[in-house]
Amino acid sequence: MGLLVEGLSCNRAGRPVLEGIALEVPDGGCLALRGPNGAGKSTLLRVLAGLLPAASGTIALDGIRLDRDRDGYGERLAYAGHLDAIKPQLAVGENLAFWAALHGGGDIAAALEAFDLAAIAERPAHVCSAGQKRRLGLARLLVAPRRLWLLDEPTVSLDADAVARLLAVLREHLAGGGMAVIATHADLGLPEPRVLRLAPLAARAAARHTEPFLAGDWA
Amino acid sequence: MSAGAAVLARELRLALRSGGGAGLGLAFFLITVLLVPFGVGPEPEKLATVAVGTLWIAALLACLLSLDRLFQADQEDGTLDILALSPLPLETLVALKAAAHWLTTGLPLVAAAPLLGITLNLPAPAFPWLVASLAVGTPGLSFLGAIGAALTIGIRRGGLLLSLLVLPLYIPSLIFGASAATAAAEGRDPGPAILLLAGLTLGIVALAPFVGAAAIRLNLR
Repeated sequence: MGLLVEGLSCNRAGRPVLEGIALEVPDGGCLALRGPNGAGKSTLLRVLAGLLPAASGTIALDGIRLDRDRDGYGERLAYAGHLDAIKPQLAVGENLAFWAALHGGGDIAAALEAFDLAAIAERPAHVCSAGQKRRLGLARLLVAPRRLWLLDEPTVSLDADAVARLLAVLREHLAGGGMAVIATHADLGLPEPRVLRLAPLAARAAARHTEPFLAGDWA
Repeated sequence: MSAGAAVLARELRLALRSGGGAGLGLAFFLITVLLVPFGVGPEPEKLATVAVGTLWIAALLACLLSLDRLFQADQEDGTLDILALSPLPLETLVALKAAAHWLTTGLPLVAAAPLLGITLNLPAPAFPWLVASLAVGTPGLSFLGAIGAALTIGIRRGGLLLSLLVLPLYIPSLIFGASAATAAAEGRDPGPAILLLAGLTLGIVALAPFVGAAAIRLNLR
């Protein structure tokens, strides 16, 4: 069924950030969000996750509308934002075990293995490097099976080996019929990714109305 | 392990590890109460008259100490986003966090209160009722505090604002809790006051998770 978004717009602090967004991700499909800083990539991901309210438009995942069945929609997705949701006082393995238990108990060992974290599972998270924390944040995706992954700049602070591991995990997720929406500046080298280019709304408005006074934008 | 048990276990573990602040409330309670004889004077009669009020007010302030980080720490590291998306309802999350706060902050105060009662020359008949009033009243303090913590999630140095929001709401608990112990000290029946306090706490525990969850939803936007 996939992810279907139509006519989506979103305002933040009274200013439009997203307008008229339409996108479709089929089963096994991957959508890359591109655009300069401030184009609304992170906002779009948070709206798709249900963390930010949409001003208008519809979002449906496998036919389940976000505005009608929040819980049913929410339990089909996993969100990995800028922040890795890691408690520095807990060990790497404890952090992951908590997320697994919260989502109904997944396989922690496999998730640690997939991101090469098994060797540092006992290490307190506050002594981990930025890349290790990011890998731990991404390993959270694997402890609960979710149809749709929403990833915000997942490759930031990852080394080449870790990016390869992320790609392997992503390929497996997509091959199993899962979907992914990824905001990224890097070329991930995934098979046939769809690309949605976002432009900052202010810049788009300027391009539309070259003469603001005549276009009625002076007010 | 169910999702709720996982959250409770994690909250307790975080509170007991370094920087968690479980011991802070208790230490603050001890030092505040021990300062009173220096200000009021060492005469046992004087201390006996202020003992109940001192212990209750010190308990209120000690409860506030670790409240400001209740949700803010989770919001800063992105945990709150993931918790909000998890199968666990936000109302349950607020209730569990408030319960964990009481277990790590309120319960130690209840245990330490008799000892501090001795230093303030608390009349003997008041001891069991002071402990009972704190045991019945402090859960309400943690749950009311959770509302304040949820409202001030996004505010830097929200702890001060939290105190201003929450301390006035603590007044009913303070009145009934202190009057139960005072009644026992003066030989009157402490029953009515403690029953009213219990009713108050039950009402707060029932309603606060919904108010707190609504406040978190507003802050996530």
